[in-house]
Amino acid sequence: MLKTLRQIQRTGIVTEPVPAPDPTLRIRAVLEQRILGILGRALAIRMVDAGSCNGCELEVNALTNPIYNIEGLGVHFVASPRHADLLLVSGPVTTAMRDPLLRVYEATPDPKLVVAIGDCGRDGGVFGCGGPSLGAVANVIPVDVVVPGCPPSPNRLLAGILAALDASAALDVRQEGGGRAE
Amino acid sequence: MPLRHWLAAFEPIADDAAVRPLRVGAEDWRRLAEDVAASGGRLLALWGQDATAGRPAVFAAYQTAAGLWIAELVCDAPAVADDPYPGLQDLYPFAGRMQRAIRDLHGLRSTDPDHRPWLRHAPGEAYEFVRVEGDGVHEIPVGPVHAGIIEPGHFRFSVVGEKVLRLEQRLGFAHKGIERRFLEFAALDGSRLAARVSGDSAVAYSWAYCIALESQWGVRIPRRAQWLRALALELERIANHLGDLGALGNDAGFAFGLTQFSRLKEQVLRATEHALGQRYAMDWVVPGGVSRELPPDAATALDRCLAEVGAESVVLRGIYEEHAGVRDRFTGTGAIAPDLAARLGLTGLAGRASGQVQDLRRDLRFPPYEELRPAIGGAVSGDVAARVAVRFDELLESCRLGRRILAQLPGGDLRVAVVAPAPAAFGVGAVEGWRGPVLVALATAAGGRIRRCHPHDPSWQNWPALEHAVIDNIVPDFPLINKSFNLSYSGHDL
Ligand code: SF4
Repeated sequence: MLKTLRQIQRTGIVTEPVPAPDPTLRIRAVLEQRILGILGRALAIRMVDAGSCNGCELEVNALTNPIYNIEGLGVHFVASPRHADLLLVSGPVTTAMRDPLLRVYEATPDPKLVVAIGDCGRDGGVFGCGGPSLGAVANVIPVDVVVPGCPPSPNRLLAGILAALDASAALDVRQEGGGRAE
Repeated sequence: MPLRHWLAAFEPIADDAAVRPLRVGAEDWRRLAEDVAASGGRLLALWGQDATAGRPAVFAAYQTAAGLWIAELVCDAPAVADDPYPGLQDLYPFAGRMQRAIRDLHGLRSTDPDHRPWLRHAPGEAYEFVRVEGDGVHEIPVGPVHAGIIEPGHFRFSVVGEKVLRLEQRLGFAHKGIERRFLEFAALDGSRLAARVSGDSAVAYSWAYCIALESQWGVRIPRRAQWLRALALELERIANHLGDLGALGNDAGFAFGLTQFSRLKEQVLRATEHALGQRYAMDWVVPGGVSRELPPDAATALDRCLAEVGAESVVLRGIYEEHAGVRDRFTGTGAIAPDLAARLGLTGLAGRASGQVQDLRRDLRFPPYEELRPAIGGAVSGDVAARVAVRFDELLESCRLGRRILAQLPGGDLRVAVVAPAPAAFGVGAVEGWRGPVLVALATAAGGRIRRCHPHDPSWQNWPALEHAVIDNIVPDFPLINKSFNLSYSGHDL
């Protein structure tokens, strides 16, 4: 126990400061404000791997490390689509994952946001589109924001989540609280 | 028959020689498999091809005391054209799924009894799971979409109360046609796709691919490039072990472990990005060498990072070992005893944790590992605790290897020019990735095109063993057991 405490004390707080001089890190501050402003509570994300190489998942996982500390920004990953505000989906969507992805999408309550991640989520990336690869996430479910990269870095993923929130806020203002245009 | 009998028949696979698979008839296909098994050799990979790649055939890659051997059984020869080819499942239990995949992808049938589809998921077609009958037995289906941030796959547990009687996996959800896709790449560009077969093993795959290509085209890469490839491979091993050791602590209810190890992993990824240009070195290994020079201060920074990560990992190992709760969850959980491991062909780090001490970095003696001489360890208890111990050992050894590479990095070129020769050729590359042996078999055609490429993940061998590891364990321990193996879906589903 003593060793554990000593290690915790030695490590200190490693979460990157908000805001930092690096402009990409300002995303953190903005994201935190938006989540509070728009939702007034934590943003719940459900991750769906629809056929990726697992590279994208590694970077999504990195968001939860103490450096990016996404929980500290009021974002948490949930185990059920029924609790989710936003779906984070990696691609390329395989034929076998088409129906499971549609089911997750349908089970997510409205209004919902979809962020497709990675070059593969954008257009099939290195795997292309053909045969058992259906390519882009948008070929199967409506997508709000695409975060390219192979894999996209954690900061880019944060920026993508932020962009989706902004898009939904803009939509809400235009439609006076109505649903989403698809 | 002793292995010696075959010796003259096989061409050696050296790093500067093209290789031709040994063409065997159906009888010898079987006899060779028996002789290799009897001599303590192992089946590394089994794959097929159809008429698009020339003639329909099945291939087997064996690792024997005399090196890597590739056998080819042509399946349009009169003897096997109408009949199924001889199955190998009795000798190598994991071969069953590979044979089912060959049937899905190329239509060739084996004599083994299980012909259920494996990689192919026909829409609307129900998959026949094996049912366990009995008093109080019920089924728990999980996936393909999981609660955590992981790859898609389906698990079906038959349980009594909390106890698992049987686990049956249904994989193939990540099947995206990678082997077909290779045909649309120029051979010189194929390392990009190889690196993305399983993103956590990008260096292992791209390196194996490049060995397969360079060996058949007679390309000798500079010594500096060999060392820099090894540097990237060890960084990949370190990053994956750090990630999994943290997740394992978390699954054992010790969130402190996740916080600490994920912080160290992030440090390594950032140092990797600074040195190699990418957090995950997807495009570092390229035909002819590596893609770019290290920035001037990268070696010092990387060395400092590895020294620190090594030292911190020693402290964390002590904490894991002394923590009663963690020790209790790890010990005896998900065990595969050495004799069962040998029978199942358990490979890679999981194999080493169950007494199967094999590692291509030592056994194939490919450069630069013949000079680096990595220490290869192991354990015998085969439980989560053993896999954790092996991961700690390998993490620390890789930190040492990485620092040694940085200290003694040879000078010279990073890369040599590679041009496609005229004739068609074939080559195989095998590299010990962090999970186990990664193999790439590559056939090229005139003009530098790809005629056939099969990337092989060690998860093919280890997924079936995971079904054994969970028997008699409790359902809540499954995530922990699963994570201790951390097998690839994408690398397996192709
Ligand atoms: S974008 Fe890159 S890292 Fe992500 S799934 Fe595709 S190949 Fe893998």
